Amino acid sequence: MMKRLLGAAAALVLAGSVAGVAHAADKLKVGFIYLGPIGDLGWTYQHELGRQALVKELGDKIETTYLENVPEGPDSERAIEQLVRAGNKLIFTTSFGYMDPTLKVAKKYPNVHFEHSTGYKRDKNMSTYSGRWYQGRYIQGQIAAKMSKVGVLGYIGSFPIPEVVSGINATMLGAQSVNPNIKVKIIWVNTWFDPGKEADAAKALLDQGADIIMQHTDSPAAMQVAAERGKLAFGQDSEMIKFGPKAQLTSILDTWGPYYIARVKAELDGTWKSEDTWGGLDSKMFEMAPYTNMPDDVKKMAEETQAAITSGKLHPFKCPVIGQDGKEVECKGGDHLADGQILGMNFYVKGVDDKLPGK
Amino acid sequence: MQLVLEKRAERSRTIALVSPLIAIGLTLVTMSVLFAVLGKNPITALGVYFIAPLTDGYSLQEIAVKATPLVMIAIGLSLCYLANAWNIGAEGQFLIGAVAGSWIAVKTQGTEAGHWVLPAMLVAGAAAGALYALIPALCRVKFGASEILTSLMLVYVADLLLDYLVRGPWRDPAGFNFPTTAEFDPVATVPVLIEGGRLHLGSIIALVVVAAAFVLLDRTIKGFEIRVVGVAPRAARFGGFNANQLILLTFAVSGALAGLAGIIEVAGPIGHLQPGISPGYGFTAIIVAFLGRLNPVGILIAGLFLALTFIGGEQAQITMKIPLDVTKVFQGILLFYVLACDSLILYRFKLVSAAPQVQRAAR
Repeated sequence: MMKRLLGAAAALVLAGSVAGVAHAADKLKVGFIYLGPIGDLGWTYQHELGRQALVKELGDKIETTYLENVPEGPDSERAIEQLVRAGNKLIFTTSFGYMDPTLKVAKKYPNVHFEHSTGYKRDKNMSTYSGRWYQGRYIQGQIAAKMSKVGVLGYIGSFPIPEVVSGINATMLGAQSVNPNIKVKIIWVNTWFDPGKEADAAKALLDQGADIIMQHTDSPAAMQVAAERGKLAFGQDSEMIKFGPKAQLTSILDTWGPYYIARVKAELDGTWKSEDTWGGLDSKMFEMAPYTNMPDDVKKMAEETQAAITSGKLHPFKCPVIGQDGKEVECKGGDHLADGQILGMNFYVKGVDDKLPGK
Repeated sequence: MQLVLEKRAERSRTIALVSPLIAIGLTLVTMSVLFAVLGKNPITALGVYFIAPLTDGYSLQEIAVKATPLVMIAIGLSLCYLANAWNIGAEGQFLIGAVAGSWIAVKTQGTEAGHWVLPAMLVAGAAAGALYALIPALCRVKFGASEILTSLMLVYVADLLLDYLVRGPWRDPAGFNFPTTAEFDPVATVPVLIEGGRLHLGSIIALVVVAAAFVLLDRTIKGFEIRVVGVAPRAARFGGFNANQLILLTFAVSGALAGLAGIIEVAGPIGHLQPGISPGYGFTAIIVAFLGRLNPVGILIAGLFLALTFIGGEQAQITMKIPLDVTKVFQGILLFYVLACDSLILYRFKLVSAAPQVQRAAR
């Protein structure tokens, strides 16, 4: 028996060495840096789907490489530089924490183009791209307020950065447009991806009386808890309906594919230039998953709101926006808050019964 | 016939020398099979892992950068472990050192402060790390509290303190509320040794630390005390060595080294304070310390070797599309074999004939 196993192993070794490595010549090399494992079923998974869409569309002209599970500390700069040194000419770094490392490598290699997701620092050869997810949150807030029996929403926050804070505020403004007395309970888990912590937070929120779970973390753990307890929840980043067929109301789906294809095409045409892209529902940077587990009138309301936001008729942060302290927030964008105010949001709107961590 | 492990009368010196080589050999064989199963050429894959990173200056620099904090922390930990004091909280001391040093960098930001800033930061980092490590050491000496638990728990305290500071008081005012301090001024930054690379002064400091630890353990009475207290506590007591004092000393030194590594990492490759500055250096260093057999030179080699597997693993991901998990499996297999082979230092295999009981009865 042992002999046969060894023989098989040896055969495999031989087979492997014959196969060798194929080298692609003259293809544009495109690199990706991922924060989580590609199987996180959330943030990184969606970027990976985007990459796969890119390969499907332009696979004969490009070669893609990704590095997964790259921590946001000093390792990320090396990971990015390794991609450059391997000949990648366009590199997508897909998490906020890669901002400074990306910028450092970009300054060092002016002939390579970089795309950083969700940050705010740019350079001649470094673009940024992100989604206006607060638009989707507003719709979710309306649905939540309609569907909640007790009028208490449970919200799992990751980190109190502007993207997350503006999501909470948009949810609240949407919910208040339906039920002015709606309440939200927030638990900060200080992680993007930790299924155990996320599930614990969901349980705690349900135990505190919330009957709808919303999350700004990446795993489907909260959805599973809601499904087990017979409560309702919203997915995040990706389609999570299979984790809660009777629980998911909708989910904000990050669809990076079209953006990646457009940027790589620009690179191939030689028309790539540094840009700041902040795509909303109209740009297909993200989509809403089908509205499920809700009566027809709620679904209709959600679809109408979605249409209004997409067409630009409705802005989730339309003025006046009242801050938590009861004072009106200065309106810098005409009839709605300016993009800069949303990108740097560090205050809660009225009705959020929580203290912003670190304030 | 039966194969049994039998305790050796004394440690086998030969095995102690060759066991790491056997372990590496077994790892290479196992990995070759794994690569082959994945459909990759094992020779190419092992070349990418172990040889390619050693052949260009860039990768060599990166190996040194990655190994610097690991070696520095592991040296301190080895002193603790030799003295039978179990500091598991180097991660926390690393973070506290980074915080304390950053405090000076943040407070002097944009001022006329001169070249005293970086040295002051390094001293502050080391001092803070030492003081932080003394908490569990004092609890052990005064109250008999397990230093394993207390030092580990203090990691989370340090982590949350850093988190609070960069989200609150020290947040970059121009940073859109994101949790990071502003980039440190040039006088608050660890200088780079080679223009365009990332190799920094910290690597030199790490080498000095290795040399100092070697001298301490090999040539001084204190080093002798540390080892005696660890190996033979009773003998140490008869010899008049104060075990409690040594616990305090080794904890303080290892805390200082971890804190120094923390501030060097922040003021060097990172350039500002932010959450997640350590991908678990304080814990990985425990592995490095034992892989290096608690010996300064061994630790230096172990640290560089572990760094090599990180860099090589990344290159394997890029050039051969080998999944990250394989890199982790690889590190796990290596540790497994090292520990397994180490048992041969104290034990040996012996073939014994079956049913020894019966034989004895017959006599």
